[in-house]
Amino acid sequence: MTRRRETLTTLVLVGPATLAMTMLIFVPVVVVAGLSFTDYQFGAHSLNFVGLDNYRTLFTDPQARRAVTNTLLYAAVVIPGTCTLGLLVALGLHSLAVRAPRAAAVLRAAYFLPVAATLVAMAVAWQMLLHPNLGLVNQMLAAAGLPGQRWLSDRGLVLYTLAVIGIWQSLGYAMVLFLAGLAAIPPQLYDAAEVDGAGEGWDRFWTVTWPMLGPTTLFVLVITATGAFRAFETVATLTKGGPAFASDVLVYAMYREGFVYFKAGYSAAITMVFFVLTLAVTVLKFRVLENRVHYR
Amino acid sequence: MTRDLTRVLTRAFALAALILGAVLVLSPFLWMLALSLKAPDEIFTPNIDLIPNSLHWENYAAAFGRANLLRSLWNGAIVCAGILVLQTIFAVPCAFALAQRRFAGRGVVFGLVLAGLLVPFHVTAIPIFLGLAQVRMLDSYTALIAPFAASVFGIFLFRQAFAALPTEVFEAARVDGLSEPAIVWRIAFPLALPAATAFALFSIVAHWNDLFWPLIATSNPALATPPRAILYFRDAESGAEVGALMAAAVVVVAPMVALFLVAQRRFVQGLAAGGLKG
Amino acid sequence: MIDLDAIVRRFGTTDVLQGISLRVATGGFTALLGPSGCGKSTLLRIIAGLDRPTSGAVRFDGRDVSDETPAARNVAMVFQAYALYPHLTVAQNIALPLAMRGMTRTERSPLGALLSGARAKRAAQAKAVRLVAEMLEIGGLLSRKPAELSGGQKQRVALARALVRDPSVFLLDEPLSNLDANLRVQMRAEIIALHRKTGGTFVHVTHDQTEAMGMADQVAVMLQGRIAQLGSPRDLYERPATRDVAAFVGSHPINLVPGAVFGLPGEVGLRPEHLTPGKGIEARLVYIEYQGAEVLLDVVMPDGTRLRAVAPGNWDAPAPGALVHLCHAPENLHRFDASGARFTA
Repeated sequence: MTRRRETLTTLVLVGPATLAMTMLIFVPVVVVAGLSFTDYQFGAHSLNFVGLDNYRTLFTDPQARRAVTNTLLYAAVVIPGTCTLGLLVALGLHSLAVRAPRAAAVLRAAYFLPVAATLVAMAVAWQMLLHPNLGLVNQMLAAAGLPGQRWLSDRGLVLYTLAVIGIWQSLGYAMVLFLAGLAAIPPQLYDAAEVDGAGEGWDRFWTVTWPMLGPTTLFVLVITATGAFRAFETVATLTKGGPAFASDVLVYAMYREGFVYFKAGYSAAITMVFFVLTLAVTVLKFRVLENRVHYR
Repeated sequence: MTRDLTRVLTRAFALAALILGAVLVLSPFLWMLALSLKAPDEIFTPNIDLIPNSLHWENYAAAFGRANLLRSLWNGAIVCAGILVLQTIFAVPCAFALAQRRFAGRGVVFGLVLAGLLVPFHVTAIPIFLGLAQVRMLDSYTALIAPFAASVFGIFLFRQAFAALPTEVFEAARVDGLSEPAIVWRIAFPLALPAATAFALFSIVAHWNDLFWPLIATSNPALATPPRAILYFRDAESGAEVGALMAAAVVVVAPMVALFLVAQRRFVQGLAAGGLKG
Repeated sequence: MIDLDAIVRRFGTTDVLQGISLRVATGGFTALLGPSGCGKSTLLRIIAGLDRPTSGAVRFDGRDVSDETPAARNVAMVFQAYALYPHLTVAQNIALPLAMRGMTRTERSPLGALLSGARAKRAAQAKAVRLVAEMLEIGGLLSRKPAELSGGQKQRVALARALVRDPSVFLLDEPLSNLDANLRVQMRAEIIALHRKTGGTFVHVTHDQTEAMGMADQVAVMLQGRIAQLGSPRDLYERPATRDVAAFVGSHPINLVPGAVFGLPGEVGLRPEHLTPGKGIEARLVYIEYQGAEVLLDVVMPDGTRLRAVAPGNWDAPAPGALVHLCHAPENLHRFDASGARFTA
């Protein structure tokens, strides 16, 4: 009797969430994986099994392949850029906080602001900032006697422009994680390093700071990577993947092929590639999290 | 002596670099704000003046008048609130059971939560779209809210918070005759308020700022969320209303910036914890 | 020889150290003993060069080192929580101070292995590391990481890292407080043996008086930012300079009572272990606590003053309420004047 009531209570507590998780996450994953092997179109009444055709197109068609290579290139700029700058800012703010906590807090808020701000709205602001004639950037370049650039319509430039915006947006996030990592380093280690003759500058950094930040750094790298693979808002707002697919990325291609051209099967294949990429780094992330305390 | 001098110089240089960097990071905000207050003729004369000649508040009036901005802010609020309430209702009891009850299948459910963390929302978009189309629910608030009901991240975060609470509290409540749902909502949930705040901020920021799903799930401009409304406005605007567009952008960004400035610590906590999510 | 000259350290508006002057002889073992918050760790950090005095000077062998870094002062320090580098092996931990001192940055880098000069230096360092590791019996642990060591082993590695560089002074900051009781006693003996073997100058910070009394030849009792008494362990125990020192030193808390109880002026301190059953004063027994080796007694004098006394473990204790006779030697009565200073006739 009580046993059954206990089970019923558990069911009331856990059931709805489990059902929702299954219907909204796991069933869709299975469906999308299945669809990726078909030529299904939204609205169609039938579908055909096409094997690996969708994947073949994605990796062999020069145009389609741009989404994959661009995503990787974008990530290859954003990941090191975000991590390096995030670390530098965190190091600066960490030491500033000892002498001027107020100033450090203000600066930290400034660097973090883009993380909170609505990216689509900020992308529109960036568009004006990068406007070929009226934008602040080209005006500054002109004032310095340098030629202006067509930041968002030059095929060779556009992806790097988006990457810089990507770094701008995620820098504060990396900074916050690094600051937490820095705060967790025991001060005695710095004392020991000073006594041992590694108390200043680079010696101090290589002897204590960098090794102790190791787990944090890996964590930041992986988080920045998943974020970079997911780039969508800036592309959708600023370039729509253009010009000539020069800024096409996986998530945008997934949206365009699926929901603009209604090629659900092909879009599902792009989704799966994106998923595998994210999964790989996310699995790595969990392993890092598990080993976070490996020094102790 | 020279050691002190180099140290002072290094610090001065570092501070200057930090301030310069912050100015660069803030420059899109400043430029956006400046343009939103400039008259059209001033916008279209190339100069680097950050301070407008005169404050052209008409841009804000135009933004609210033209872009259906107010409607989209309302939509954004409804969607964020709806999602948060739904996520909380689903996640909290489940998280409580995972943290404080022993039952057959607990490992399986928690395994599902962990596996769910690995799946970005984007992956589920096509099937969910298909499902909503089946039941003719696209282009509705339901379409914007329902797909986010099951937040595995929320379950995970609340489970951590509940697991850190002493079991004795709940045993005492059971002895006092409270039902399990009452324990969940009247004892456990208030005790986990810091985690709840962090989660709420994370969820609100994520969905206020989201463009991907609103772009897919709705085509009716009356249902546009703030980012979607900005895009509608931008695409319709042919250059004459840059000031108003910037004003609209300021209005859309402002709530999140205000939220951040008011609750910085919890905000950062919530978003940093969000790194766990796939 | 280390000379501290009128050291003052101010944090904000509080003077943590209020003018400390102290001389530590070469080859000596000095303990800085005091309760937490008395400033002893700050003083040690100032000797090390990790902190700078607000005013006052630090001299090593007469040379003013106040502006020198810890490395330039060539001090070695053992920290309370060991402060080993978690990412380096035991051997690398011990070798680090040698490498920092003896090699250029290129020689220290992984590329350094290509330079023959660096290889020779590394070999010499490895030999020094092995030698000191043998001395501390951690030769078998050289390739392990600190996370794989027990507390006692970590302590030995920290000691080895201090010993390897032949420093001008060894600074030990509560080095035993993280160890369990048995290990602490054992490490105490080993540190004493190390001191004998190396002939180095040791400064040991501790809040544990048995440690200070048992290890040091000179103890500075620090109370509230000042040295309340500087002397040999016997001095502290037998001739406490102030009533506060008398109250702080000794395993049983000293009886501090009005001198009138013993027919003396001022205040009088009498250690419980110096008040034992025998022909002398008569008092009523109110409380007994048997502890094996000894018996603790609380008695009340006719005027109502409560005193604690100690009897040998085999003493036949009467029931509480009985009258007992206790005796004490007059030289064990410590007299203090109204300011708390020792009264010397």
